Amino acid sequence: MPNFIMSYLNSKDAITPGAAGSQFWALVYVFIIFTGVSVAVMAMNWLERKALAHFQIRLGPMRVGPHGLLQPIADAIKLMLKEDIIPAEADQFVFWVAPLIGLLAAFTVYTVIPFGPSQAVSDMNIGILFMLGVSSLGVLGIVVAGWASNSHYPLIGALRSSAQMVSYEVAMGLAVVSAILMTSLNATGTGTLSMIGIVQAQQQQGVWFIFKFFPLGLIAFGIFAIAMIAETNRAPFDMAEAESELTAGYHTEYSGLRWSLFMLAEYAAMIAVSSIAVALWLGGWMRPFPNLLNAPAWDFIFSLFPALTFFGLAAIATVGVVRMPAHSFFKIQRIGLAAFAALLGFIALLLLVIAVAGRSADGSVAARFREGIDYVYWFVFKVAIFMYLFIWYRATWPRYRFDQLMKIGWKVMLPISLVVLIMTAIVGVLVS
Amino acid sequence: MNPALNSGLNSAVNAGMAPVATPWFFYVLAGLAVASGLLVITRRNAVHSALALIVTLLAVTGLYLMLYAPFVAAVQIFVYAGGIMLLFLFVIMLVNIERSSKDRQFNRMWPVGLAAACALLALFVTAFAKGKALFPDRMISLPESSNTQQIAGMLYGEAGRMGEYTFAFEIASLLLLVAILGAVIMTKKKI
Repeated sequence: MPNFIMSYLNSKDAITPGAAGSQFWALVYVFIIFTGVSVAVMAMNWLERKALAHFQIRLGPMRVGPHGLLQPIADAIKLMLKEDIIPAEADQFVFWVAPLIGLLAAFTVYTVIPFGPSQAVSDMNIGILFMLGVSSLGVLGIVVAGWASNSHYPLIGALRSSAQMVSYEVAMGLAVVSAILMTSLNATGTGTLSMIGIVQAQQQQGVWFIFKFFPLGLIAFGIFAIAMIAETNRAPFDMAEAESELTAGYHTEYSGLRWSLFMLAEYAAMIAVSSIAVALWLGGWMRPFPNLLNAPAWDFIFSLFPALTFFGLAAIATVGVVRMPAHSFFKIQRIGLAAFAALLGFIALLLLVIAVAGRSADGSVAARFREGIDYVYWFVFKVAIFMYLFIWYRATWPRYRFDQLMKIGWKVMLPISLVVLIMTAIVGVLVS
Repeated sequence: MNPALNSGLNSAVNAGMAPVATPWFFYVLAGLAVASGLLVITRRNAVHSALALIVTLLAVTGLYLMLYAPFVAAVQIFVYAGGIMLLFLFVIMLVNIERSSKDRQFNRMWPVGLAAACALLALFVTAFAKGKALFPDRMISLPESSNTQQIAGMLYGEAGRMGEYTFAFEIASLLLLVAILGAVIMTKKKI
């Protein structure tokens, strides 16, 4: 094996490829993350349609594949084959470039998301600032798209979106600062902006920041959780694409692949802001109770969770196979679903083997592999909860009116986040 | 930052990791900044100009990163590319593009601007030519991981003593506060 591949694998201390200066592995991580996020967006698309349907006592997609499992693929093919319409009066170049801006901003953020202590592309010294800054660039894509369409609904959608993002960024930033303040409550008294550093600070202090200085951490987290819905333009704050008022808002004039790029950017941004929330308040990659239940036996029990999750999914798929109607129409669907269940079961077995083989934390290849899978699993698990919450919100709450939205942003969230920030500083000084 | 927290990062920096910032990056970023800067003043459509200005700002951000100033780079993205340019676009979008595109693009002051730009260029060329006498003879390589902390130390002070620029920094923040209050008062009919 060439040196530029092996030198990173052989290094003893767990650092990110960016910190190790290994461009090859950084590129590998980028590809893995890009693929993972794209697949997650497709899965999220399916889950959203199914979950929303079940919330409303409908079936949702059922035709393409068993329980509509192949629906995202069918949708993707449809969108790619659709005619790419650019309105005659639109600004051609800007119309063309607008979806790419949002997409670039959404995916650039993933370079610093800490899936584990070394499972990130790079660990920047200014990680959280970088994430917030780049994700705030995403709104440029929306604004520019609305303007370039040269049409009234998109323009209004774009204006609403930019006003909304600027307003909620303030409360969001203040909530983030109060979490960063908490990282400085250690022996040396210096905090960190690095995403990995923030999670490690929670590990050192032995508490997730959501529970720190109860209820201050919880309130800051709540403000962030509300602001991030507004930042990603999701219901109930989806003013930029309120279909009852603005047809489809800023992407009214878009069709086909360009429209799907907007959707991809939106979902990628949702995953990104959820990752910020998980890293700042929910302990990032840490499993529950890493300090309290730190016996090797507990390590082993918690490392079985990835395998158990996939066994559970396989069991659900198997139930689907058994409950499939016996009519010959469903023969192919039954075979397909059985194959899917078998695939999930195989992955579960693989994870089980890794968990058992790497159960001793002795730094062997299997142990390091097992640890890596654990970190990524717990991080993704926490992010997945947020993704489900996004769907749940959308199904539950009616859309806000624009003036109500602004009122909440400036008159409720901003004062509360300021008070929380000051209180956190005071309590932090008193405690240390 | 707690040194124990980021021992991995620091050890990598101390071990003399190969800098990614090569001259090639500099030429690409500088070329991008100059080209898009020219587009800013030559485009007739104001929105195109604003988009070109965003590209310029992002290219400058890249240059900051090359100079191991990640904090300045992040603030550049945050404040200029994210905040100010968004407000620029917000205003420009409401301007009637058809009418403004028929206006004359350069007013009569352009020779003055050109002269000022040439003077600045002359200054840079002089500084470059006399570089040996003006600047240290070797590049000061600051470790990327401690640069932000040093800025914080200068602004806020560290280990119980006041920072070098604490007073100036606080005065500047007071100035900004006055500006914010002024904006609020101007928009408010009744105080």
